[in-house]
Amino acid sequence: MIYAENLTKHFADFVAVQGINLDVQAGQVLALLGPNGAGKTTTVRMLTSVLRPTSGIARIAGYDVVEEAEKVRSSVGVLTEHHGLYSRMNADEYLTFYGRLYRMPDSLIERRKRELLEQFGLGEARKKKLGEYSKGMRQKLALVRALLHNPPVLLLDEPTSAMDPESARIVRDAIRALRSDQRAVILCTHNLAEAEMLADQIAIIRRGRIILNDVPERLKQLLLGPEEYEITLRNGAGVPPEVLPLGVVVSRQENGRYVFRIDQPEEKIPLLLKRLLDQQLPVLSCAPVPRSLEEAYLRAVSLHEENGNGSN
Amino acid sequence: MEAIDIRPALIIAQREVRDQFRDWRIIFPIVFLTLFFPFLMNFTARQLLNFVNQYGAGLVGERLIPFLLLITGFFPISVSLVIALESFVGEKERGSIEPLLTSPLADWQLYLGKLLSSTVPPLVGSFLGMSVYISGLLINRIPLPDAETLLQIIVLTITQAVVMVSGAVVVSTQATSVRAANLLASFIIIPMALLIQAEAVVMFWGRDTLSLWWIVFGLLVLAVLLIRIGLAHFQREELLGREIDVLNIRWIWRILWGSFHGGARNVLDWYRNVLGKTLLDLRGSLLAAVLLAVIVIILGAQQADRFLLILPEGDFQQRVRELGFNLPVGGIGSVQQIFFQNVRALVIGLLLGLFSFGVLGTLPLFATLGLLGYFTRIMEINQLPAAQIILSGVVPHGIVEVPAILLSTAAVLRIGFLLATPMKDKTVGEVFLMAIAGWMQVMVGLVVPLLLLAAVIESWITPLMILRLFG
Repeated sequence: MIYAENLTKHFADFVAVQGINLDVQAGQVLALLGPNGAGKTTTVRMLTSVLRPTSGIARIAGYDVVEEAEKVRSSVGVLTEHHGLYSRMNADEYLTFYGRLYRMPDSLIERRKRELLEQFGLGEARKKKLGEYSKGMRQKLALVRALLHNPPVLLLDEPTSAMDPESARIVRDAIRALRSDQRAVILCTHNLAEAEMLADQIAIIRRGRIILNDVPERLKQLLLGPEEYEITLRNGAGVPPEVLPLGVVVSRQENGRYVFRIDQPEEKIPLLLKRLLDQQLPVLSCAPVPRSLEEAYLRAVSLHEENGNGSN
Repeated sequence: MEAIDIRPALIIAQREVRDQFRDWRIIFPIVFLTLFFPFLMNFTARQLLNFVNQYGAGLVGERLIPFLLLITGFFPISVSLVIALESFVGEKERGSIEPLLTSPLADWQLYLGKLLSSTVPPLVGSFLGMSVYISGLLINRIPLPDAETLLQIIVLTITQAVVMVSGAVVVSTQATSVRAANLLASFIIIPMALLIQAEAVVMFWGRDTLSLWWIVFGLLVLAVLLIRIGLAHFQREELLGREIDVLNIRWIWRILWGSFHGGARNVLDWYRNVLGKTLLDLRGSLLAAVLLAVIVIILGAQQADRFLLILPEGDFQQRVRELGFNLPVGGIGSVQQIFFQNVRALVIGLLLGLFSFGVLGTLPLFATLGLLGYFTRIMEINQLPAAQIILSGVVPHGIVEVPAILLSTAAVLRIGFLLATPMKDKTVGEVFLMAIAGWMQVMVGLVVPLLLLAAVIESWITPLMILRLFG
């Protein structure tokens, strides 16, 4: 649904994006992570046919971003960095305006407006001037605009920024629903927890290049090493070394809390638990040590810097 | 071929017009200029008529009536400039341009929508204002201007609005901020103010109704050119890209020098490949310049009957001999004078051409060859040997000088042509600089050497030829 091969954009001598490859299928969410100025917005603008790539190709819903720009724009819903609302209009007028630009029949515009405004909790504010909207309301309305024409592809730039937790949850649910509805979504965000919650693929972009692109778990494995597990014993009880099966490597231990790595965890962890329980050790819990995407991201960035890619 | 769908442009225009009518900063001046100003003009007309009639100068009052109508119509359309200047760059500053650019609109639909929304409300205001003014004249039993003048004023008002809006929209698409666009607006408002004065002069003169139609025609051509230029250089990328207003001398120099130099390895290579290519590109403009030259010679000759010059009786050869004593034959000073005069005229042609998309760059050609046509005919009327005089006094240096003028004129015309040609990978600034570099190539490579040669011939050979034939 979203395909890019060797996508490159130069502004005079400045290389904004270099050789980007992407492949997002229907029903997938790709999170594009990177610091400000990394090339996220430029990539999105090329994918929406607003910027012309210097080289490379990109196709959206099967349409070429250079040759079939208008069809590409019809197939994409974009939540831009700036919401771009007209302050003297109300939500009703604003959405009607965009619906007509997308050549939607008036009856469909009305239905979609009603559905989406209700879904995002803006139903009561539909006649209020947009200039009077709060930041979060503006963000939600901009997202409604992006969804209005029911596009197969969505490019969302920081969809939950400036939102209260309740609104952010509504938006995250909406993104999950889009995935279930077989839409392809690119999510540009600085919110790594959100990316982890929503994305099927994570692409880390830095200085215009994608330095890593994989599913979140493999990315963590690659950057942070094999997964670690933690067993906690009641009252700080200790585990005699002979109880631990072969292949368990304890990396940290304190007050009855053991953090270890193990080969073939699916087979060996039940065995380990059985041994502990056989020894009548008071096992309180056993779980993988949570590893955040943030750690993986920071590790990726530092590795990239160490490998001599610190500057262009 | 895809059908032309104007609806999206109308949707944009409708939204913007509605938005404008919710903005008191736009509504107030339009209402004021539409309703109050015509009353003021009416009052002025009444007072002036009473005053001039006291001294039997009713004609002055009569001529003033249409002029006041023109002004009544012009003031509301001046608001269109503010709206149009803001059209693209204002949306960029407010961050609302990007969602619009990502919608499935063709460039021309977006552009047309903006043009319409900037033109229509001020024009409606203008017509309302003119109606109020005319109603006032009728109520006060002041005679109305004749039908043709009324029609001219209405058409002039529309074309002026279209020119101002199309110019301002070009500025708005290219400016980096509303502030920059407002500063650049003086390039529109000052020529327009001068034009209004010229129109006023024509109206007061009152004898020449055709001139106002020519102004209408000129304005229409200008509007078409401006719209064409605006569309040719409308780039979504540029609208989103540029953020800062810094005069980048290094960039200007790089484009100018890069285009002028053209990557040539040496002078010979430059002449052969760089200038050669420029001259090939110049073929169309050169043909246009040659056609203009023929037309202007004929027009010049026709003016001789209109502005007849009867030379005093006398011995022509005796006069030439007298002149021969004063001719600066063989001096370096005269070569310098002739050369610099010609170069200066062509540089002025370039400067005029830069502000008029090449059109006014034809003035040196018009002046030179128009006068040639005129004086040739005058000599014929005065029964002087025109052919011999031209052959001895003009052809020796003219054979070099006229091609030089034609080349320079063609290069200036090409600037306008390039500006109106779509080049999606280049900004207006780049195209402008490249076009100037093309003119410089032609000047340095051919025109300046030819003008120098022409000056030497004109100073050293032409006088001798005249003296040989007539002395």
